[in-house]
Amino acid sequence: MPSDLIHQYMRIDHLPQIWCPGCGNGTIMRDVAVAIEQLIDDPEYDFDRDDFVIVSGIGCSSRAAGYLDFNSIHTTHGRAIAFASGIKFANPKLNVIVLTGDGDCSAIGGNHLIHAARRNLGLTVVAFNNDIYGMTGGQYSPTTPNGDKATTAPYGNVDRPFDIALLAAGAGASFAARGDVFHARETTEIIRQAILHKGFSIVDVYSICPTYYGRKNKKGDAVEMLKWQKENLIPTNRWYTMSEEERVGKKLIGILSRNDYPEYTEEYAKIIEQCRKKK
Amino acid sequence: MIGRKRLVVETAWCKGCGICAAFCPKQVLEIQHEKVSIKAPEACISCGQCELRCPDYAIYLVNIEE
Repeated sequence: MPSDLIHQYMRIDHLPQIWCPGCGNGTIMRDVAVAIEQLIDDPEYDFDRDDFVIVSGIGCSSRAAGYLDFNSIHTTHGRAIAFASGIKFANPKLNVIVLTGDGDCSAIGGNHLIHAARRNLGLTVVAFNNDIYGMTGGQYSPTTPNGDKATTAPYGNVDRPFDIALLAAGAGASFAARGDVFHARETTEIIRQAILHKGFSIVDVYSICPTYYGRKNKKGDAVEMLKWQKENLIPTNRWYTMSEEERVGKKLIGILSRNDYPEYTEEYAKIIEQCRKKK
Repeated sequence: MIGRKRLVVETAWCKGCGICAAFCPKQVLEIQHEKVSIKAPEACISCGQCELRCPDYAIYLVNIEE
């Protein structure tokens, strides 16, 4: 008998999940479940579980849609945001949450990401970013750091990586944030705020892949990789007390940008209303 | 054990990654034969770090019924 949270919001007959020992994806999926639970339990909002839809693509991350016990859809590679866009258009009141990976959303589905961001369509995209293609055997992805190794980059990756949060923000997303596995409570709160945000929100969550990325790059086991996150990924409150020198080599975990650009389905509804009046 | 909570282990779900044992501030847990075991239950302070960090939801706190 698992904990109440897991029992209530996950399909326990599908657990334990398929992810490798120490994989960060399980913790991120839990963060998503906790954020949704907080919103359902919050009397300020009148949400029930049918107000949430989970959409995923293909890859390690995208298995999450099968485990989370909500209205969910596991779609084709890179197209999670495309399917989610259709769901949001059909019923704009829904909180449509896309669970995707670095490869799924920034390589195969890169165009869907930037165009949904450009339109500021009200989706919440949580990218499980583990810097590698895990499911297919450890090939480098668009977020593999320069110089790091992968099965397809045995001498080091020549490419420079995408920063998914900044990429989406640059394309027009009105909410862009970063999270990680170590700072689980902070990341849960960021995801909660991302779901509440009206426009397109991206949460780039740094996962850990001890099996491929960690082993290829001698990053140690899952515990070592989490300790690295603890030292090098810095939550907002601490970041702003640090000097420029102290920040070298470290990254901010938190909300990077948030603004109130018009949301796409609302703008679209206005056009429909305007056309109806003309008749 | 402080508070009215106790640890529960879902052994079948544990993959023995060792995250819970490493982040437990009171060294309550250890990994034996690739599974977590509770070696010092009396030292547990119910902080919930293990439940928060276990990627497999294999360890958690429950309220002790009075």
